Amino acid sequence: MELSAGTITRVNGPLVEVAGGCDLRVAELVTVGSRQLAGEVLSLAGESATVQVYEETSGLRPREAVLATGRPLSAELGPGLLGGVFDGMLRRLQDAGPWLEPGALRGALDPERRWRFTPSVRPGEQVEPGAVLGTVPETDAITYRALVPHELAGTIETIADEGEVTVGETIATVAGHEITLAHTWPVRRPRPAAGRLSSGRPLITGQRVVDLLFPLCQGSTAGVPGGFGTGKTLLLQQIAKWCDADVIVYVGCGERGNELAELLEDFAAIEDPRSGQRLMDRTVTIVNTSNMPLLAREASIYTGVTVAEHYRDMGYDAVVIADSTSRWAEALRESAARTEELPAEEGYPPELSSTLAAFYERAGRFQTLAGAQASVTILGAVSPPGGDLAEPVTAHTRRFVRAVWSLDRQLAYARHHPAISWTDSSSRDAESLAAFKAAEGDDGWAQRRREALQLLMDADRIESIAQLTGVESLPSPERVALICARLLREGVLQQSALSLNDRYCAPAKQAALLALVLDINRALLASANGGTAIERIEALDLSDVARVRDECPADDVDAVTRLGAEIQSRIARPR
Amino acid sequence: MTAARMPGEEHRDEPVQPEPQPIEYSSTASIRGPLIVIEGVQDIGWNEVAEIRLVDGEVRHGVVLDVSLDHAIVEVLEGTAGMRLNGVRTAFGGGPMSVPITEEWLGRVCDGRGEPLDGGPPILGSHRREINGTPINPAVRIPPSEPIITGVSAIDGLATLVRGQKLPIFSVGGLPHLELAAQIAVQANVAGEPFAVVFAALGVTHADAASLRDTLETRAGERETVMFINTADDPVVERLMTPRLALTVAEHLAFECDRHVLVLLADMTNYAEALRQVSAARGEVPTRRGYPGYLYSDLASLFERAGRMRGRRGSVTLVPVLTMPAGDITHPVPDLTGYITEGQLVLAADLHARGVYPPLDLMGSLSRLMRRGAGEQLTREDHLELSDQLYSLMARALQAAELAEIVGADALPAADQGLLAFRAALEREFLSQGQQEARTVEATLDLGWQVASRLPASALTMVSRQTLAARYRGGEPDAEHGHVG
Ligand SMILES: Nc1ncnc2c1ncn2[C@@H]1O[C@H](COP(=O)(O)OP(=O)(O)OP(=O)(O)O)[C@@H](O)[C@H]1O
Ligand SMILES: [Mg+2]
Repeated sequence: MELSAGTITRVNGPLVEVAGGCDLRVAELVTVGSRQLAGEVLSLAGESATVQVYEETSGLRPREAVLATGRPLSAELGPGLLGGVFDGMLRRLQDAGPWLEPGALRGALDPERRWRFTPSVRPGEQVEPGAVLGTVPETDAITYRALVPHELAGTIETIADEGEVTVGETIATVAGHEITLAHTWPVRRPRPAAGRLSSGRPLITGQRVVDLLFPLCQGSTAGVPGGFGTGKTLLLQQIAKWCDADVIVYVGCGERGNELAELLEDFAAIEDPRSGQRLMDRTVTIVNTSNMPLLAREASIYTGVTVAEHYRDMGYDAVVIADSTSRWAEALRESAARTEELPAEEGYPPELSSTLAAFYERAGRFQTLAGAQASVTILGAVSPPGGDLAEPVTAHTRRFVRAVWSLDRQLAYARHHPAISWTDSSSRDAESLAAFKAAEGDDGWAQRRREALQLLMDADRIESIAQLTGVESLPSPERVALICARLLREGVLQQSALSLNDRYCAPAKQAALLALVLDINRALLASANGGTAIERIEALDLSDVARVRDECPADDVDAVTRLGAEIQSRIARPR
Repeated sequence: MTAARMPGEEHRDEPVQPEPQPIEYSSTASIRGPLIVIEGVQDIGWNEVAEIRLVDGEVRHGVVLDVSLDHAIVEVLEGTAGMRLNGVRTAFGGGPMSVPITEEWLGRVCDGRGEPLDGGPPILGSHRREINGTPINPAVRIPPSEPIITGVSAIDGLATLVRGQKLPIFSVGGLPHLELAAQIAVQANVAGEPFAVVFAALGVTHADAASLRDTLETRAGERETVMFINTADDPVVERLMTPRLALTVAEHLAFECDRHVLVLLADMTNYAEALRQVSAARGEVPTRRGYPGYLYSDLASLFERAGRMRGRRGSVTLVPVLTMPAGDITHPVPDLTGYITEGQLVLAADLHARGVYPPLDLMGSLSRLMRRGAGEQLTREDHLELSDQLYSLMARALQAAELAEIVGADALPAADQGLLAFRAALEREFLSQGQQEARTVEATLDLGWQVASRLPASALTMVSRQTLAARYRGGEPDAEHGHVG
């Protein structure tokens, strides 16, 4: 199927010139040299082509052959992705050798594996694009739905009987086209849907500071900027483990091998608290570590979002996590520098901002071709050089995402985790979520959020004054604010990823914990205004408030309410 | 000990064989900066090594940066000064830069290219391997989860080094980071399992090189160390090869010979400066502070060679040492290093000035993998609780110290004064130790309790009652007085 395209005339690192390449197209995928390295056509001039090779080109020589493939960089989509580990070009890593020699990786799916297929249509039926032809139990958690391709409609001519099929076998013939269980899709092209819908359904992450203060809708986007060690990876991994989406696509983009090994171990060991299935069963992991080829890193986030769209088309809510988009941007910068494109800011090519915007645009809540509602949510870590939040990738990301969870070095340094800053973070989804909560019967949600944010800001301001004048000179209400903001930080916002009770917190317990602190705040204020000496208020032992999140299970609302009642009675009768 | 895996088994190693006389090219078309253009070449690969013979017989080394049907651009590692167009003869080596793959490296001291400096015979092996390395398949990695004991309390007790981890030392000029690195190199061990230390000195002075050699001598006797020394006056391009060479040898010792290998690379700032210089000479577009845009990926291509692999006993652990220019942690070298490594050990000038060795700044330091690599079965069951407790007390002691700067120590509440005394004791009794003093984990943790026990038991809120009963050494474990809060 591969067509000869020409021979190498020059090798300059990952850039290769090819003679006799007149049949090639720009952006076409080619295989280069005797080791069949993957490459992409960058430009054409007369009889020659310039190809950018995705793998290490050490030892590659002029006169070696280049073969065309006839298609752009594409992902192989079909059952078997869930639970799998792939490189940035969606090539299977699990059964590859211990060392990633150039040219060693091939496809995404196991061509031999047999899947139990159940048809959903009968011969003679009329089908539209996106209709379900049949299903395969891909994992215990997710049923794979084989769909009619987006440009195809017509009569079912043949359909496979219930039975075992491989990904390459024909399962149906529609209007003269043979359809197999798997297909390929060019990763840089968004998969079509019938239309965009406004969202309003929350993505519950189980992380209190996110769900309570800077929440996200399904189909939305969030950027997570923060210097090294501030907790981006742990936060995103917590969301990958505990959020209530159907499918997670985790893209380790130019990051560490060790942390992915640990994550994969966790995915295999931990059960989803809702379905009881292994987390692995709903997760696709794409890993292009920082020492793997740069161009495959550049491709990895597109590969990831394409896989997510694929499950969205089946009607699932998918979340793409990209850690870190800064490493992707650096790969973009490198390939631009090699092609001698004129750089804009800090060496990045001028298309950085439009490329970022287009990437985040692939998120959304959609009506699928088949009429279902489904979503793709995108969460991207940003690693600003020197922690400089004005640098281009951070600055542009902030413009294009709906929520920013900005990680603060001072908080991380003080071991306040997750170190999400309440002053630099924001969420444009908060209002629509307030409406959703109200419709669900909780009309105090927005009010509690406002109060909490206000308390945190007030305390910051008061603290900076106290640093100059000492706490003693402050009026009582301000001293109450200091006490309660501390309870809010330690008892509600802090959440250890390592605590078995607290790594995930159910929405009801989240609400109860926040109400606990806000009620204490109101009671203490009333008490202070009623004439109780501030020293007596400060002497109250409220340490249980900081401990209760960790001491009772993720959904134990009662323990929180009991503590609230007990503390209220103590405030009413301070000893 | 024989290798568990043979060279050539899973890498594309080249067997060493008597070479047919390689073709020499004398058609040098141009020389510019470090680059020479050679015409009429045949069958040369990208990144291939070259030997360049000058008229007077001097031999220089190069690599192919760009190759076409009929010419190759070669970067000369030693520079082109003194070269002429006529009379230069270049022969190509048939492949990228490589090193012999053998256990014979153990016990040897070599220069930055692997040539002996110790008067011993050249290191040979049956096979050679490219030094750029091949990425470990992330799907075969296993998470690091066992400690390396360095004998240094500050590290073992509070920022445990874990096998397969990469944990850098961030320092500034004038601090004893080389001494600390050498001490770690001499003392590190993994409870009797096969071990080795690979030390690559990068751009160090001759004086530092000599003292490093002296210190490591003790261990070289046991054939457990390999030293590669690239001094400040060695060619800059060679500095880019030395760590790759060291890591290739380390990977062989770890993943084919079943050893736990600790690699120390000092000083990585010199390495990064060499990279910047070479990049500028190639005319590449600079980014922050003149460093090339690929600095992150380049450093990662070194640091990510640390790790553990499924089905193999050995491991590669990496401790890069770097000096932060002007003490600035946001400088690209420490910054990008921090983005790649799993934590950092930060040395502080004020501790050094107070005579504390090693001057480890606890609050800035963190071993991200410590939770998996220390504790019950690994070090001691009270380890993680104790270290959390010491960290949290130290954080509060620093707050108290800040307050003391404003109002004076005498004006502080008793509890805060207790914290200041705790901090002083921690620095004096726990952090400080001799450069030749190797402490066991037991001794380190006991010292930690000795210091913590100066405070009332009620102040140790991060420790469980059980642990407190077993380890607390203060007067009255349930004392109500002097409550710190
Ligand atoms: N929620 C949390 N609970 C407990 N510890 C945390 C939490 N978040 C972060 N930490 C601590 O901070 C360390 C660094 O976190 P993480 O690896 O997520 O940082 P990062 O921002 O991804 O850094 P880098 O940019 O270098 O990748 C962790 O190893 C852990 O010690
Ligand atoms: Mg990270």
